[in-house]
Amino acid sequence: MEDIKIDKRINIKGLICPYTFVKSKLAIEDIEVGETLEILLDYEEASRSIPKSMEDHGHKILKVEKINDTDWTITVRKEKE
Amino acid sequence: MEFTDDQLQRYSRHIILPEVGGKGQKKILNAKVFIIGAGGLGCPVGYYLAAAGVGTIGMIDNDTVELSNLQRQIAHNTKRLGVHKVDSAKETFEALNPDVNVVGIKDRISKDNILDLIKDYDIVVDGSDNFPTRYLVNDACVMLKKPLVSGAILKFEGQVTTILPGEGHCYRCLFEEMPPAGLVPSCQEAGVLGAITGVVGALQATEVLKLILGKGDVLKNTLLIYDALKVNFRRVKVPKNNDCAVCGLNPSITELQDYDAGYCRI
Ligand SMILES: [Zn+2]
Repeated sequence: MEDIKIDKRINIKGLICPYTFVKSKLAIEDIEVGETLEILLDYEEASRSIPKSMEDHGHKILKVEKINDTDWTITVRKEKE
Repeated sequence: MEFTDDQLQRYSRHIILPEVGGKGQKKILNAKVFIIGAGGLGCPVGYYLAAAGVGTIGMIDNDTVELSNLQRQIAHNTKRLGVHKVDSAKETFEALNPDVNVVGIKDRISKDNILDLIKDYDIVVDGSDNFPTRYLVNDACVMLKKPLVSGAILKFEGQVTTILPGEGHCYRCLFEEMPPAGLVPSCQEAGVLGAITGVVGALQATEVLKLILGKGDVLKNTLLIYDALKVNFRRVKVPKNNDCAVCGLNPSITELQDYDAGYCRI
């Protein structure tokens, strides 16, 4: 599998909805269109809701991965301002 | 400016809206809105703008809180009878949101003070209850090119319109001349259902927030009329009038007049 270049990483472990998405949204506002954001989280519901919300906002989900018993990473590419 | 943790929580339902986001919320926090009147309309407008985080809210009103106000003027309360309305509103709004600075002015708006009062604000909201003030505010906003969100209420009916000087209509394009004193009853003479002020004030606050965000349509060239008894919202087209006395091609009104002539105010 090809490596995805990550432009920004955030760790939102410990946060629950809607702050998981609030933090993710603020982070994606801070990068440029075409750049990627990797989100590390441990709130299971957000591993489903963040990808859906990001797509609703017009961004591209590149990867959602469960990396251990408690954590997920979500990789998003910013598609629009 | 970075959001504090408290701000992230307070504004979370704004930030997750695509039309607002962190950038839009920062625009709201940096915005300065001037409200004419701390009464029926000024209360809900100021309340929602304070909740939204509008950083500076200017308010002018010369009255004190009376018992007969409390059926609709929700920023005040029974313990504040006799207190200046702008002081009461400041206390309410700043208690709701410490991010907000309310600048209260205990005075009557007039041709001599209005230009100075509104010149440093981004948007003006008219929540006044009489025609002389409404025309004064309109003319001053046209002259300074300030966006104006105007509202009015009577009995079971409300009206809202948004004036963008240079782009759309103004209040005089809509109603050329002030109606003669006594022709249109005041809310003191005719009554008003208190909750109507909340509907109209919330519509005005929404117009203000859309102007701040630069999102969506506003009531430019449009008068929105709400009939509560029939539960009907009606939009009336109001074209910009090139012959308008204040915003037309050859305006005859180039400075503020004595709007009170012939009017007795209560
Ligand atoms: Zn006009």
